[in-house]
Amino acid sequence: MTSPLRREDVAHVAKLARLSLTEAELDLFTEQLGQILEHANDMSTLNLEDVIPTAHPFGLVNVVRDDVVRPSLDRDVVLAMAPDAQDGRFAVPRIMGEAP
Amino acid sequence: MKTAQGIARDVQSGESSATAELENSLSAIGARNEELNIFLYVDEAGARAAALSVDERVAKGENVGPLAGVPIAIKDNMCQTGIPTTCSSKILEGWRPPYNATVIDRLMACGAVPVGKTNLDEFAMGSSTENSAFGPTRNPLDPSRVPGGSSGGSAAAVAANMTPLALGSDTGGSIRQPAALCGLVGMKPSYGLVSRYGLIAFASSLDQIGPLSKTVTDAAMLLEAIAGHDPMDSTSLPEPSPSLVAHVNDGVAGKRVALVRELVEGADDDVVASVNRAVAALKDAGATIVELSIPEFRLGLSAYYLIAPAEASSNLARYDGVRFGLRVNGEDVAAMNEATRTAGFGAEVKRRIMLGTYALSAGYFDAYYGQALKVRTQMIDAFKRAYQQADLLIGATTPSVAFAFGSKTSDPMAMYLSDVFTIPTNLAGEAAISVPFGTGEAGLPVGVQLLGPGRSEAQLFAAARVLELAEGRP
Repeated sequence: MTSPLRREDVAHVAKLARLSLTEAELDLFTEQLGQILEHANDMSTLNLEDVIPTAHPFGLVNVVRDDVVRPSLDRDVVLAMAPDAQDGRFAVPRIMGEAP
Repeated sequence: MKTAQGIARDVQSGESSATAELENSLSAIGARNEELNIFLYVDEAGARAAALSVDERVAKGENVGPLAGVPIAIKDNMCQTGIPTTCSSKILEGWRPPYNATVIDRLMACGAVPVGKTNLDEFAMGSSTENSAFGPTRNPLDPSRVPGGSSGGSAAAVAANMTPLALGSDTGGSIRQPAALCGLVGMKPSYGLVSRYGLIAFASSLDQIGPLSKTVTDAAMLLEAIAGHDPMDSTSLPEPSPSLVAHVNDGVAGKRVALVRELVEGADDDVVASVNRAVAALKDAGATIVELSIPEFRLGLSAYYLIAPAEASSNLARYDGVRFGLRVNGEDVAAMNEATRTAGFGAEVKRRIMLGTYALSAGYFDAYYGQALKVRTQMIDAFKRAYQQADLLIGATTPSVAFAFGSKTSDPMAMYLSDVFTIPTNLAGEAAISVPFGTGEAGLPVGVQLLGPGRSEAQLFAAARVLELAEGRP
């Protein structure tokens, strides 16, 4: 059985998912994910052209409520659980380079 | 150990007290938790305060509620204010939720006493609890074997007589499979029956909270306490909690029960023998038995292992080191995100995130995720056809009894196959219950599974009760 999944596919997907993998992990995941996708090939031979896809067990409808102010989580309590906070906000490493 | 029903009766009548019942529970936890690794956190102070409050209300003559003074274990993927909630992941280590899941509020309103948080496969991804970042849970019936998963800690807590009740969550079998492996009753309720508010999301269109217990009546009491509409969950069914306990002894006379070939296919001989004996017991109780083949069930595993990872890859994007949990620093935000996720997630979670990301990525979406969603439609239609011929379906919960540690960890597909009989119910959003019936290899319990259409919980409990009585359990 040949896997349609290549090592470089796994490396690309890991990058999209913000995960860094060691060389050994890349080998292992390529093999294991390939096996899982191989199993899923039992669906690929089905002719399901006219079948409507189901993303959710019930037809979801938008749920709305009256636009009234309700109590919500306390900001200080929430920020106390953050890895880093500053001036009432979440703090993160820099996003952009220094100004020239 | 007393049943939840017995404890609630005795606490309300004053024959016992919530405090005494809690101390029994804490002693049982203290005696075996180190050996079995069931509770990740025991909230002794909070539980004692809750028990005392129940006792004070009883003393004042108040009706405390249907679960008065009943200790309960909570799977550690449900939020409880101020109590560490980890999902058995290093990425949430140390996090204390600022709010209660709706199920916690409802339990407290019914007089129950949450005692602590139980181990699970990381983010509920697994069938043995071996994927926990905090070590596996051992099966109290045979500590060399797994308790099942992902709600393995919750099942083990009840099996080890630490609490009479536990909450689990079931995305592809994570309540029913550990219930079967630990000799318990476990139900996956209809999608939307129990609020998911405060349940940390794995696969949102499949996840559902449900009960684990030793008896059918206890499971019905627990589900009745937590079910019903919740405005905080937009997928919550609009109606109030159904009446379940009152129907536990309704029996199965006149009901049509279908033995489904695909729900015993590939199961061990002793498991098949238990299912056949269960069918005979239902027939003796007045049910009409038919046999059905539902070939669509064979595609469930493939569809599930694309749909659930796809949803998980999206849900788990929130663990980025910004707002809660672990942060591993990097020189910029992207590097910090990547370092955090790489250090915080275990191998199975990474595997599923990557599988889901791949199934949703450009060029593969239609072939994998799109095709799986169409198979899901076919699964729902197949159930509908089956329910024209039968009121309930019956089969095995799992292909085998509890398996040994390490026997499936190196081969993800082998592990996934232990959920092959439970997955169809989740894809269809319907209800199913596992009830212990007979024993298999090494005298370990076998779980028989009853499946019903959406909102058939009362019928499922009644049928499970028939099997419980047929086994000579009171």
